[in-house]
Amino acid sequence: MRVALFVTCLADTFFPGTGRAVVELLERLGCDVDFPMAQTCCGQLHGNTGYRQHAVSLARRHKGIFAGYDAVVVPSGSCAAQVREMHPGMVGDTHGAMAGAMVAPTYELSEFLVDALGLTDVGAYFPHRVTYHPTCHSLRLLQVGDKPLRLLRAVRGLELVDLPGAEECCGFGGTFAIKNAEVSTAMLADKMRCVQDTGAEVVTAGDSSCLMHIGGGLSRLRAGVAPVHLAEILASTEEAPWAPAA
Amino acid sequence: MGTGGVTWLGTPAFPEAARAALSDTQLRANLHKATSTIRGKRAGAVAELPDWERLRRAGEAIKDDVLAQLDGYLEQLEAAVTARGGVVHWARDADEANAIVLRLAREAGTDEVVKVKSLATDEIELNEALAAGGVPAVETDLAELIVQLGRDRPSHLLVPAIHRNRAEIRDLFRREMPDAPADLSDEPRALAEAARAHLRRKFLSARVAVSGANFAVADTGSIVVVESEGNGRMCLTLPQTLITVMGVEKLVPSWRDLEVFLQLLPRSSTAERMNPYTSIWTGVTPGDGPREFHLVLLDNGRTDTLADAVGRQALRCIRCSACLNVCPVYERTGGQAYGSVYPGPIGAILSPQLLGDFHDEQAASLPYASSLCGACFEVCPVRIDIPEVLVHLRGKAVEAKGSRSPEALAMSALGWVMAGPRRFEAAQRLGGLAGAVGGGTIHRLPWPGSKWTAARDAPAPAREPFRAWWRRTRG
Repeated sequence: MRVALFVTCLADTFFPGTGRAVVELLERLGCDVDFPMAQTCCGQLHGNTGYRQHAVSLARRHKGIFAGYDAVVVPSGSCAAQVREMHPGMVGDTHGAMAGAMVAPTYELSEFLVDALGLTDVGAYFPHRVTYHPTCHSLRLLQVGDKPLRLLRAVRGLELVDLPGAEECCGFGGTFAIKNAEVSTAMLADKMRCVQDTGAEVVTAGDSSCLMHIGGGLSRLRAGVAPVHLAEILASTEEAPWAPAA
Repeated sequence: MGTGGVTWLGTPAFPEAARAALSDTQLRANLHKATSTIRGKRAGAVAELPDWERLRRAGEAIKDDVLAQLDGYLEQLEAAVTARGGVVHWARDADEANAIVLRLAREAGTDEVVKVKSLATDEIELNEALAAGGVPAVETDLAELIVQLGRDRPSHLLVPAIHRNRAEIRDLFRREMPDAPADLSDEPRALAEAARAHLRRKFLSARVAVSGANFAVADTGSIVVVESEGNGRMCLTLPQTLITVMGVEKLVPSWRDLEVFLQLLPRSSTAERMNPYTSIWTGVTPGDGPREFHLVLLDNGRTDTLADAVGRQALRCIRCSACLNVCPVYERTGGQAYGSVYPGPIGAILSPQLLGDFHDEQAASLPYASSLCGACFEVCPVRIDIPEVLVHLRGKAVEAKGSRSPEALAMSALGWVMAGPRRFEAAQRLGGLAGAVGGGTIHRLPWPGSKWTAARDAPAPAREPFRAWWRRTRG
């Protein structure tokens, strides 16, 4: 299967380890992974802040770049939702040069593993106590359900602990975290309390953005809980175990 | 601006109003307790119905049909109400509606009106207009009475005094209710009894009542009010004159459509299978109930809202308040921070549309009062895609702000960077250099990044971005 990785502008720039983990994981599972170098951003930041014109041009770019693959895999529920749920309304199917181009289905990582590859056990090893935060867009826009949890339960050595109030937003919300920083922080405070109550050493999620938010708060508190993207847990093996970034 | 009601004069933009609310520990505790309780109950009440999703879709479809043919249904309603002895009045805005009600109250020769809880009349600030005209209104819903006695503002659609706890209410009653017992306790039963005794005297002497409407049935001309306390039933049956103020979107086409909404509303609103009191009346009935019935049909920005293909779905709202109760923003700020009688997620899309002025800083801030988590859409009984409308209205706010605002310039710059991989990579290299100087974690950023780093650390751009790794290892 010829798979294109849409790494997201955020992971590309700030969390390259997440992108590397997706590549290593998918190659280990026998996929032919490509990274179209022309990719930049799906336009979600612009779109959700009210800058639709910019969002539409970025959506058009994106569609052209990812045409022609069997599947597109994104390690982000919210960017996957932007491409799958928002782009069709923005790009339309009648616009200019892109009309009629084959559009590959876009999958969030856990969807791709469980739905497209039919796997829950990906042969991972991660000997840590972990709690999982279901990010809002993977939960409510993509409706990934318990796919990430099924993947985590099959990881050897991993002790999974339920996160209280799991389905409540961490307060990130893109520019919301800046425009309404105080409310965002109040939401984050409750999320961090719930994470810390689990006694987990690692909090995981399918979105680098929400992890950047939760992790940024935990780091400020010196809480001793590491934010680790789901891809990095699933890429970790006994031979090449996950190690905290230096 | 507050000229058409809808938003309150002098309320600061949402971030500022929210800041004040967040530091009110009593408010935070009251709200957390109240919303988490009702959230759990609602989920239970909804889970009892196997066809909830179909009911939601039916509610959506009926309301969309009403909105698509509103003019026809309104004329049908007017004809039906008139045929049954009611009088229909049309009000373009708050001022017209208030003038009509004041004139009718004066004509009825009363010096006081009793009121059933009504958001439409709060929206147009009818109480203030009536008081200015010498005919004060008495709120008879317990929570509305608490707000009125405290010269306060409502903070929730259904429970406008949700921000007050029982100790605060006891103190208020002792202070403001002349007939309250001197030894009044803060037991809910005692508080309700004190309000009951106070209101009973008002009901028995009132000549005119003012209500809102939950639904109006176009083909029969029937008006529906659902409530929990029975105060509505008293107001709707005892006085000689009944004046109902209703937003033009409150219609359903026919009687049988009520079947859908009388299931959707109580379960979403109070988590009850059926609300305690449902009053339905059609015009006037000699010898039974009010002798005069007036229906004031209120526009106040609704037809303008209807003209917006994305935004118009806000007019499906049946004011259940489920979206408030699940909203993580509302739970932390309370309703007053939204500066309108319509708070929470629905308020964030309804108030600015009814006001219709995105140059108003407060109104334009409301669509941003959300993390777009989507919990509101999930519970909405008429499937209003609130996040979709929020984003749509952010577009209008951006348009009003113009292309030269600092934010617009930053967004244009970012859009330019993202328009080509070379530019993007050059920006990454620049960021990586800066990151290499500062190390992996940033504790302090200049404005506007300072808003982030006030409470959270930020990652530095990676020294080797993903695309550089890809080129090095696979390229």
